[in-house]
Amino acid sequence: MDTIFALASAEGKAGVAVIRVSGPLAFDTALQLTGQAVSGRGMTLCTVSGADGAPLDHALTLSFQGPASFTGEDVIEFHLHGSPAIIAAVLERLSSLADTRLADPGEFTRRALENGKLDLAQVEGLADLIDAETEAQRRQAQQVFSGALGELVSRWRNDLIRVAALIEATIDFVEEDVPVDVTPEVSDLLSTVLTELQTQTNAVPMAERIRTGFEIAIVGPPNVGKSTLLNALAGRRAAITSEFAGTTRDIIEVRMDLQGLPVTLLDMAGIRETADAVEEIGIELALERAGRSDLRVFLAEAQDEPGLLIQPGDIVLRPKADQRQDRDRAVSGLTGDGIDDLVRQIGDVLKSRAAQASLATRARHEAAMRAAVRALILAKSVLEDGQDRYDIAAEEVRVAIRSLETIVGRIDAETLLDEIFSSFCLGK
Amino acid sequence: MKHRDVDVVVIGGGHAGSEAAHAAARMGVRTALVTLKRVGIGVMSCNPAIGGMGKGHLVREIDALDGVMGRVADRAGIQFRLLNRRKGPAVQGPRAQSDRKIYRTAMLAEIDRQENLSIIEGEIVDLTMSGDRVTGVGLADESSITASAVVLTTGTFLRGVVHIGDVAIPGGRMGDKPSIRLAERLDGFNLKMGRLKTGTPPRLDGRTIDWGRLEMQPGDEDPVLFSFLSKGVAAPQVSCGITHTNAKTHDIISKNLDRSAMYGGHIEGVGPRYCPSIEDKIVRYAQKESHQIFLEPEGVDDPTIYPNGISTSLPVDVQETYVRSILGLEQVTILQPGYGIEYDYIDPRALSQDLRLRAVDGLYLAGQINGTTGYEEAAAQGLVAGLNAALAAQDKPPVTFHRSDSYIGVMIDDLTTRGVSEPYRMFTSRAEYRLSLRADNADQRLTPLGIRLGCVGQDRGLAFEQKSANLEAVRKHLTSQTYTHKQLQSAGIFVNNDGTRRTAMEVLAFPNVTFSDLIPLIQKLDEVAPDIQAQLSRDALYANYTERQKKDVEALKRDEAHVIPVSLDFASIDGLSNELKSKLLATKPSTLAQAALIDGMTPAALALILVRLRRDKKRRLA
Repeated sequence: MDTIFALASAEGKAGVAVIRVSGPLAFDTALQLTGQAVSGRGMTLCTVSGADGAPLDHALTLSFQGPASFTGEDVIEFHLHGSPAIIAAVLERLSSLADTRLADPGEFTRRALENGKLDLAQVEGLADLIDAETEAQRRQAQQVFSGALGELVSRWRNDLIRVAALIEATIDFVEEDVPVDVTPEVSDLLSTVLTELQTQTNAVPMAERIRTGFEIAIVGPPNVGKSTLLNALAGRRAAITSEFAGTTRDIIEVRMDLQGLPVTLLDMAGIRETADAVEEIGIELALERAGRSDLRVFLAEAQDEPGLLIQPGDIVLRPKADQRQDRDRAVSGLTGDGIDDLVRQIGDVLKSRAAQASLATRARHEAAMRAAVRALILAKSVLEDGQDRYDIAAEEVRVAIRSLETIVGRIDAETLLDEIFSSFCLGK
Repeated sequence: MKHRDVDVVVIGGGHAGSEAAHAAARMGVRTALVTLKRVGIGVMSCNPAIGGMGKGHLVREIDALDGVMGRVADRAGIQFRLLNRRKGPAVQGPRAQSDRKIYRTAMLAEIDRQENLSIIEGEIVDLTMSGDRVTGVGLADESSITASAVVLTTGTFLRGVVHIGDVAIPGGRMGDKPSIRLAERLDGFNLKMGRLKTGTPPRLDGRTIDWGRLEMQPGDEDPVLFSFLSKGVAAPQVSCGITHTNAKTHDIISKNLDRSAMYGGHIEGVGPRYCPSIEDKIVRYAQKESHQIFLEPEGVDDPTIYPNGISTSLPVDVQETYVRSILGLEQVTILQPGYGIEYDYIDPRALSQDLRLRAVDGLYLAGQINGTTGYEEAAAQGLVAGLNAALAAQDKPPVTFHRSDSYIGVMIDDLTTRGVSEPYRMFTSRAEYRLSLRADNADQRLTPLGIRLGCVGQDRGLAFEQKSANLEAVRKHLTSQTYTHKQLQSAGIFVNNDGTRRTAMEVLAFPNVTFSDLIPLIQKLDEVAPDIQAQLSRDALYANYTERQKKDVEALKRDEAHVIPVSLDFASIDGLSNELKSKLLATKPSTLAQAALIDGMTPAALALILVRLRRDKKRRLA
């Protein structure tokens, strides 16, 4: 039985965060993370350290010896300070331990069920709870996977099914007219998937995400006061402001804490038709980056073309409130008019998003992708030995597919056969 | 009116029936095998070969439970080839070309020799019933047999129709009578049925083939046999010929497609994708200029040649023309034309895991009637049905096989939970625990179960225990001590110097280390028997993977323990997506493990089902 862990308290910034660990190695994880042995049922204050021994946080560690615990197994709870960075670091540390992994959705509950730890009333309530949890996850999964990453994952999956089908065809249909050596196509596909998976896992790890925070782009035509607004929000002169349109060509980033949330403000070139080649590059960069940002603040007059799709949650304001009679939905970086409202609005949008975007879910996706990477690296290396170890290569590809399935749902074995039959003329 | 009384009646003497009857009799119950003709027992009606990928695994598993197919195939084998010899032991499949006559006579001899087993020639026309329970069978000569359990293995006889071009002849195989009356009896059970088709190629006269112009394929130099008890080949060994279709062949077939039963619209059944007719191949893979044909001898003193790869339902004159367009076959004589056959099958989702029809007590089904194809698939089901019919007759609980212990378990789980959409054939890629479920360890996996059940004879029991004791002794020898990098090096074994001490078994896991490399390291290893050496080398090679699969299996076992009652209303479970709900309603999984196999299933959805199961259970108890 694996030892599992997950954040047990609500996500987002809070006073205290609880990470729960359950399974035969639970007490061992406490020893590994805190350097202190725990036994029986109790509570200790200790320092949780990273793999390199550097302290991550002071935590209250609660131990529950099975069966007297929520799941009926040995359980450890780390009560940490509720910072997303700390939570991320501790989760990462836990996932680096052998035979310990992030819990599947509802897995703690499931173990509690298996071990008869819940009474009828609790079981009744749980269905609703898992239902809600599932619904949130479904939404989350849809968000993450309806976009570019979703397309990527399904392409990886298809490519890996193709890889598996090629290998399986040479195994199961060896008596027939199938290509004897599928290694070239298999290696190509594997390399592509592996590279992309690695890029993704390296580019979007959760800790990185929390360190960089949400990106907010300030978008609008030249000289509407975007840089001035950024300076006002940041409280210091980060961007050079001047009366000349087109002053900001590179993207300027300012990191700050906004209502307790880590954000990076982006100030960029004003959007306009231009003959200046350098400025045009700046505008393209700006549009591209703004499109990828978590949130956009548009500064524009009603008649201005935004130049970019306005997405749900984006904020549209009129510039230079200090120069207008009607200051409704207008802001001025110069005088500070409307700044408080803007900060509140940004905070509301981001907080509701933070609540939806489950840290654990993201971590799970990442863990699944990392597991797939590990399996594919092995598959690639045994494939280099040639046909002799196709059986093992096939097994590793299967593991990789199964890992990706934990994100997007199971694939039937028939899918593989479909691919084989649609690719080769079989049947002697 | 004649009347007999036995414990188990098996209807049909094909591969499923023979294995079923033999298994029931080995269990010690009085068994009758009822077949149209005594000489029809063990007939290979399609290709003259046993084994192959996945199928070879099934034969080994049948043998591990002391079934007959493996030893009969060894006696009849005229060309043995271990498929995938170079690809790792987990995916190696033993296969043998068989002498049709030797196979048939050896099978008949096995059946004749078996205690408690009698052969009755006759046509079963009816089942006798008491309520929902089968109590025996009625024969065409108006005699009857009473029994506690009946195993039905009627193959393609259920409303079978043979097609040669636009000629349709009711019949099972060529020259046999179809069992229309029995089919009507089965209709009364209101089971879901479907229609499938399969085909055979024309049989050729080997004396009219120009062998000199063809590439020949001999068997392996060191034949790998099926049975754990066989010691060597018995029949003379032969080679097969290889030839190919060409542009002219394809042209003839394309021009006559409208005269093919398949393409002329005479056949409605669904055929197997992995065994297409030559018409199919030419239509679906138009860009392929040539298809390979194996010319397989049907026996050592039989001139009949089975041209594997050109099954067809074209009219006889077209068959002759296209066959003669092929290299080496220019002057060939067709001994028997190829034909397509259509038949009914019963949706196997009507069966429980012991292959008993859920709706009819005492009635077991095995073989093609369940939608499978292949002798080995049929025999494996026959074995399971025969064992369970005998257990039922003895008032003992049924025996079921699992995805985690055998290919037999994979097949039965696939059949009973997913049903079939084309004739079901075994593939190794269907087995998720393929690295653990190997042909070489079938005895380790299943013989202990057979001994417990009582279907394994004394000879095999003793041989198995001897082998297991040897294995354990040597394994202990290889794991009792650890060696440093230096110690290994001085014995001539070079592994990474990463500071870890390794057991000999761990060293053996390295791909470049063989068993004989260990001999300088450990005393007396040179005395270890070759089969024990091979088995341990394979165990070592896959040790990491079998360990991981063991964990998966534990999880699977937990899920299998959660039985889903038939009454569970999946539609009323909140939180499940509509897509999953409809899939669950269609598949009706009987355990959480089966639910987990459904396409698109997620851990959260499984948790929801589990919560419902637990709640319902507590309510019932409350």
